[in-house]
Amino acid sequence: MSPPAGRALFTGFVAVAIGFVVLAAGLSLGGYDPVLSLGALWRGAFGSWYALTSATLVRAVPLIILGLGVALAFRAGVFNIGADGQFYAGAIAAAWIGVRVAAWPSVAAIGAVLIAAVIAGMLWIAIPVLLKIRFGVLEVISTLLLNFVAEAMVSYAVTGPMQETKGIYPQSDAIALVARLPGPQGTRLHAGFLIALFLAVLLWLLFTRTAWGFRLRAVGLGPLAAEVSGRIPTRRVVAMALVWSGALAGLGGGVEISGVTYALFQNLSPGYGFTAIAVALLARLHPLGVILTGLLFGALEAGAQGMQREAGVPAVAVQVTEAVVILVIVLAEALTRRVGVGSWGLGNRRAPAEER
Amino acid sequence: MEADFGLLLTGFLAATVRISTPLLFAATGEMLNERAGVINLGIEGAMLAGALASAIGAVAYGPWAGVLLAVMAGMAVAGLFSLVAIGAGADQIITGTAVTLAAVGLTGTIYRTAFGPGGPGLTLPTLPAVGIPGLSAIPVLGEALFSQPVLTYLAWVLVPISFWFLFRTWWGLALRAGGESAEAARASGVPVERVQVLATLVGGAMAGLAGATLVLAQVGTFAEKMTAGRGFIAIAIVVLGRRHPVGVLLAALLFGAATALQFVFQAMGLALPYQLFLVLPYALALVALAFAARARFTARRSPLTASRSDASARR
Repeated sequence: MSPPAGRALFTGFVAVAIGFVVLAAGLSLGGYDPVLSLGALWRGAFGSWYALTSATLVRAVPLIILGLGVALAFRAGVFNIGADGQFYAGAIAAAWIGVRVAAWPSVAAIGAVLIAAVIAGMLWIAIPVLLKIRFGVLEVISTLLLNFVAEAMVSYAVTGPMQETKGIYPQSDAIALVARLPGPQGTRLHAGFLIALFLAVLLWLLFTRTAWGFRLRAVGLGPLAAEVSGRIPTRRVVAMALVWSGALAGLGGGVEISGVTYALFQNLSPGYGFTAIAVALLARLHPLGVILTGLLFGALEAGAQGMQREAGVPAVAVQVTEAVVILVIVLAEALTRRVGVGSWGLGNRRAPAEER
Repeated sequence: MEADFGLLLTGFLAATVRISTPLLFAATGEMLNERAGVINLGIEGAMLAGALASAIGAVAYGPWAGVLLAVMAGMAVAGLFSLVAIGAGADQIITGTAVTLAAVGLTGTIYRTAFGPGGPGLTLPTLPAVGIPGLSAIPVLGEALFSQPVLTYLAWVLVPISFWFLFRTWWGLALRAGGESAEAARASGVPVERVQVLATLVGGAMAGLAGATLVLAQVGTFAEKMTAGRGFIAIAIVVLGRRHPVGVLLAALLFGAATALQFVFQAMGLALPYQLFLVLPYALALVALAFAARARFTARRSPLTASRSDASARR
């Protein structure tokens, strides 16, 4: 049901182009020099080997992993807007385990940290899943609300039970050396990048080559048809899609702790879970596409830091670009659906009927 | 001891009303949206835009200019939403999320550009409490309910007004008809999309008022992301209040009371981590959603309940 690749690429390019035009226009309206700012953005993302490997690629890792998680849920026709919350749950678990495995062999230590993060992400999304299955609560609102609960939990953890032993800053102790993901010398890049690539390929194979992937898409494209076919346990497919989506987001948090920050602190995620929505939609929910769009948004956010340093433009400005990209894509999707050419199954949700 | 208790109760009630006011504004607006068949997650963004606009307006021309600017900002954000979600018929959930994301980015950028990168604490002229003569002298209740900023009274007055509008006017009927069945309403001559756009704009204006209340009547300053999910909580309030003006009022008060509890606990000298209170409204929202959804669930059980929400939402 996916549209011709050419049209998808075209829409993607148009969306990103419009996003940048809006950014440039907004910057000049705000009294910034758009040429200098966008130049700084480019240099911050690609200007040097260090910028590429230590900013762009590092930033892309959580975006790819969370983008895969969001895409997985979308494919089954459900929304996970709480990837940020699951990311934090994973990060808390990773930081907690990470300081307790100093005596372990490195492979086991890293494994323990990442598995803990995956489990934490699954547990965190289990709440909305149960609320949805048992009570019919829309996962959109529940996953969203749990983001704020997770942020408060991090705040409590780093000022209370998990605060560093020195007790000065609101952050956890750094995890053991053996629990840290290795990376090439002289850069901040880490093996989490390979994990992200591996997961994208794995998910692509699962989507296209397995009955599980088929059921997922069937439920996503037509839940009612899938249900009456009698062969697809719709409820379970939806639940598992959300659970694995949470697992991926949790892993993203674990990889960030184990590969980048080594410690837990507040605002660890600058909104990765929301950028991940843009990542997934721009990739048209295609796992291999998520690699590219994750890199693109990684570059954008890394560049935003450069833009803030060089041109004084607040880095949050690029969130507007991300929002514009999402809007243009859903707009294009709605308009193509209206003229009757193939849709790619994103649907168009309105106010839920059971509330009417 | 008795006097202390009275004081505590007055403080608790006043805090309840104060905290619930922005929620009431936002939820009443969102209720109108949902009655018209639109769910707008962008009201979080509209509220945030309203908050910043009210701060800017208040700095330049005083608090009432801030209120006016907040209404316009909220409507602008809602306008963007309705252009994409209603005009083009795009997915409402994703559009609303993106609109909120845009508002977070935009308000952050404007705030830092206008008031410096560090974001120093702004001190804003705030709206004073206005006592209603006579009523504000009632012991305990008087100070809590009848000595509030004007915006609070406006939020309360909007409850009967929205009731009257929804259930006693042709436009209200048209709005509900469009929400119940767009096709049927269209067939009987209701301009469904136009009604939805208008409802969304009014909802945006109310979200803007919610932001202004937060800044000008509660906090007295602006901070990035200061709405902290209150727009999303408002959506939960609409569900809990069964999309009825009075239900929404009661649900908003419940959330205000839950948040205000922290002052009681503090006064009682209980040493609990403050994050516990931070979490309370969100946890309450989740429980409320479960209860509200379960009532519907058992009332309308069908063989397809499991996928019903997905299926019907996709129509």
